[in-house]
Amino acid sequence: MHGPPATAVGLAPHVLRRQRLGDTVFRGLTQAFAIGVLVLLGGVLVALAMGAMPAFRKFGLHFLVSEAWNPVRDNFGALPAIYGTVLTALLAMLIAVPVAFGIAIFLTELCPPMLRRPIGVMIELLAAIPSIIFGVWGLLVVAPVLQTTLQPFLIDTLGDIPIIGALFQGPPYGLGMLTAGLILAVMVLPFIAAVTRDVFMTVPAMLRESAYGMGATTAEVVRSIVIPHSRVGIVGGVMLGLGRALGETMAVTFVIGNAHHISASLMAPGTTISATLANEFTEAVSDTYTSSLIALGLILFVITFIVLAIANFMLWRLSAKDGA
Amino acid sequence: MISIYARRRAANFTIMTLSLAATATGLLVLFLILWSLLRHGLPAFSANFFAMNTPAPGNAGGLLNAIYGSLVMTVVATLVGTPVGVLAGTFLAEFARGSRLAYAVRFINDILLSAPSIVIGLFVYGVMVVRMGHFSGWAGAAALAIIFVPVVVRTSENMLTLVPASLREAAVALGTPQWKVIVMVVYRAAMQGMLTGVMLAIARVAGETAPLLFTAFGNNFWSANMNAPMANLPVVIFQFALSPYADWQLLAWGGALLITLAILALNIVARMVANWSSFGK
Repeated sequence: MHGPPATAVGLAPHVLRRQRLGDTVFRGLTQAFAIGVLVLLGGVLVALAMGAMPAFRKFGLHFLVSEAWNPVRDNFGALPAIYGTVLTALLAMLIAVPVAFGIAIFLTELCPPMLRRPIGVMIELLAAIPSIIFGVWGLLVVAPVLQTTLQPFLIDTLGDIPIIGALFQGPPYGLGMLTAGLILAVMVLPFIAAVTRDVFMTVPAMLRESAYGMGATTAEVVRSIVIPHSRVGIVGGVMLGLGRALGETMAVTFVIGNAHHISASLMAPGTTISATLANEFTEAVSDTYTSSLIALGLILFVITFIVLAIANFMLWRLSAKDGA
Repeated sequence: MISIYARRRAANFTIMTLSLAATATGLLVLFLILWSLLRHGLPAFSANFFAMNTPAPGNAGGLLNAIYGSLVMTVVATLVGTPVGVLAGTFLAEFARGSRLAYAVRFINDILLSAPSIVIGLFVYGVMVVRMGHFSGWAGAAALAIIFVPVVVRTSENMLTLVPASLREAAVALGTPQWKVIVMVVYRAAMQGMLTGVMLAIARVAGETAPLLFTAFGNNFWSANMNAPMANLPVVIFQFALSPYADWQLLAWGGALLITLAILALNIVARMVANWSSFGK
């Protein structure tokens, strides 16, 4: 298929030339757009790096570890936003991964075949709901409920325990790290569940059946056959969810509380990189302010790039093994 | 022996119950969200909702300008993003299978697919808004197009790869030039799958908020000028839901319901289209 088509049909030379020209042009066109994808990523990196330059020139690497956020004095640091981004994403993973596993196990091992597709589609629809909807729902429905139920309960029961108690102290605001982590968990849940389900499906039926034939229970098949066989893909799926959780903007912006300081308590308001950008970018008055925000964006992009690169690499290794 | 057997049965029962509970939780969340949207959003649907522009607090109004802005920017993003994405996907599937360039493009494309959309907004702000000196509908559409393209690249490459080689070989054997083989044979065979991809991409960008915040910005008045700040549903929802005014919050719920219904409908139709396709499975 590659290269020019057969010439044996006996076309006039000018027709043949025209067709070859058509091939060259079409191939060149598709190649240009494919390379355009690479250029786009490079362009994003360059544009962000250029925009972030003034901030890094002014604050140096101290920007990464500084807790300052003072628009009046033009003094900025990224630490509270980085802390919030990582903490909310980890909280989300802590909640979402076990549930996503449960869904994947249910869909591959337990679900009657007739219900498999409808339930799978419904989980995928949950993934299709835009993040702003989760934000509105989190702010106006979930946060008030948490404020009067889960948060007082956690504060009362866990707040007095030494060491970990610090995580659960303070007034129940409703908004804050915990709520953000919870909403994020709901958002990344369907992504992780869908990837894990697909990965579980790649386990050869022969292996499963052999284990069942030996008398293994479903749980034992999952633990000893399915999970070991799809380990790489599972890590890939989890990393993919983590990448989404780190970069998620609107759902978090609504419920994080927007406070530029680091609190020990999960009940306290905080901020994330993306929430800071969403809230403050159009209101940034000074050049240093704008540049500091772009620097935050650059940090976020680099972090998610690394996580997503690892995720894709893992998932590829699995599909390569599949094809062999 | 009996006790080991009983323990294994109990462990199995526990794990299966937990996985059932997890699935129930996932579905419950979906229904809770839809229920909240319907309960709070349906009362907002009135003649005014679709006929008037975003109001000042306390005045009668609707979301006409925002609905229009969202539609126009999504259409522009679709018109730009579809050909770009399909052609790039064509390169990956038809010309460069297995080449290093294809691996690089596919890898970067998969990363762009999940990259934080707010960063795309920052990028477009830097290259368009700063140069033009003001927010604009064009900048918003550009940001949406950048999010649109990776989805289409991915699905069109997958769908083109599924087209059997025998179709291409039959066409080539007739002396057809390669570009004609692709455009007239392969594209037709993969049409439904690619259409599904485009619809999923539309559904993806229709609810995107973060990249519009500092590109299209928003506009409280009617404006069809793509060269000026443009109202759009997600940003209006963001602004109104966070406001203390009950009437603004009601409009935010209405907008949220409208967007969700549109996106879920697109997703369901896209899946139906995929099922008609002979290669889309």
